[in-house]
Amino acid sequence: MKILVCPLNGPRPILEFAYGGEVRRSPDPDTCSDAEWSAYVFNRSGSPGLKYEWWCHIASGYWFVALRDTARDVVVATYTADRVRLGLPAPAAAQGGAP
Amino acid sequence: MPHRLLRFGWSRKHPEPRMFTRHDTLRPSYDVVIIGAGGHGLACAYYLARDHGIRNVAVLEKGYIGGGNTGRNTTIIRSNYLTPEGVKFYDESVRLWQDLGEDFDLNLFYSTRGHYTLAHTDAAMRTMRWRAEVNKHFGVRSEAVDAAFVKRGIPAIDMSCGGHAPILGALFHEPGAIARHDAVAWGYGRGADRRGVEIHQQTEVCGIRLEAGRVVGVETSRGPIATPRVLCAVAGFTPRILDMVGLRTPIYVHPLQAMVSEPVKPWLDPIIVSGSLHVYVSQTARGELVMGASLDPYELHQTRSTLDFVEGLSSHMLDMFPFLSEVKVNRQWAGLADMTPDFAPIMGVTPVEGFYLDSGWGTWGFKATPVCGKTMSHTVATGRNHPLIEGFTMDRFERYRLTGEKGAASVGH
Repeated sequence: MKILVCPLNGPRPILEFAYGGEVRRSPDPDTCSDAEWSAYVFNRSGSPGLKYEWWCHIASGYWFVALRDTARDVVVATYTADRVRLGLPAPAAAQGGAP
Repeated sequence: MPHRLLRFGWSRKHPEPRMFTRHDTLRPSYDVVIIGAGGHGLACAYYLARDHGIRNVAVLEKGYIGGGNTGRNTTIIRSNYLTPEGVKFYDESVRLWQDLGEDFDLNLFYSTRGHYTLAHTDAAMRTMRWRAEVNKHFGVRSEAVDAAFVKRGIPAIDMSCGGHAPILGALFHEPGAIARHDAVAWGYGRGADRRGVEIHQQTEVCGIRLEAGRVVGVETSRGPIATPRVLCAVAGFTPRILDMVGLRTPIYVHPLQAMVSEPVKPWLDPIIVSGSLHVYVSQTARGELVMGASLDPYELHQTRSTLDFVEGLSSHMLDMFPFLSEVKVNRQWAGLADMTPDFAPIMGVTPVEGFYLDSGWGTWGFKATPVCGKTMSHTVATGRNHPLIEGFTMDRFERYRLTGEKGAASVGH
């Protein structure tokens, strides 16, 4: 991957972006157990696959979400950050539908 | 010479003994199955057979012997770590390295060079003093040294680093060494092979069979095997194996690249590391400069090479050694690093009975090959963690007792 298509800035060289890790949901810290919390803090889905990830276009300070195949290094779709709150499609569905 | 070589090539009898025995079939069961015929897996097989008398062992390898990170690292051996757990562990490894070549009857080209970790800031200098004190406490020869000492040890270096990162001092670690990495896997592999261990290359593990929370067998691309004990020593492929037994860990995989220059006259004796400039470099016996830098910036399960890496690393090399500007880069490559949040490995027993882990070796696994073999063979043979790996167990995360080793990582990843 040498070019990433940013939802705000269009296609830009990958050097202009910072990777922010997988999009994850935190359990409610007031009600979850210690084990659930440590699993959230530390554990990661390490295997390759289609993953929703945070990316930032550094020059414009713009955060967005990319659905990327971490085995092939191909971005399937990108989303604006508010989609995380509104709900992202299941990775498989997104691969079939979105450009 | 060409005549003899031709005759040898055409003859049906090959008098040269093969390094490894080729096994055409898998046995229906083994006492131990080791996944991954890299340095770590083969070292464990070697010590299981030599020290624990467990010889009915299969080492399964998807590719070829030593073709993963064992053959992709920059071969640096050191024990100048930051935590007591780390220093004790790596010091034992350095001790084991000393007579390994004799053990194997194989030349490992083990070469003690001295190891400088350069400090370009006051904060880095403070970490160097801290590491030196921890090291000395455990009897490891490390010293915080000043700029003049660095200049004497590395006369060719530009002490101002192009004017923007002047060298204030360093952590000098006398036992720092390099070795021929392929030979390490071959030595352990041949030693294990001679003691009855079976090494099966081109044999992929497709699944691990569990019954009532314990290991009973392994599914491979060449059929099933029954076994009560499985050791996973697969570096960047660890998460895929963990999925087979339903375990989650903090391991995340980024590629780590390295490159090598054309051979030049010997001018660099010690090993040089600069955390601020993201460089580690040594010169091999053949005269090539072996160079590495930080991890690639995002998760990827591919060993592709990038031009960004060569450009970035070369520019930092030129900061330190401007006279290299005409030297050509010969090769570059990448390996898959299984990283952990505290830059310490994840080793030992797991919640799945009979499933043992030697993982999280990220960017720092080669130097630990002998001690990993020693400690993991003990752990597999007895079912209990070896005392030296207590700080590296998988459950340290749920207890929030991390072994913070990032300050001793060679470069700020």
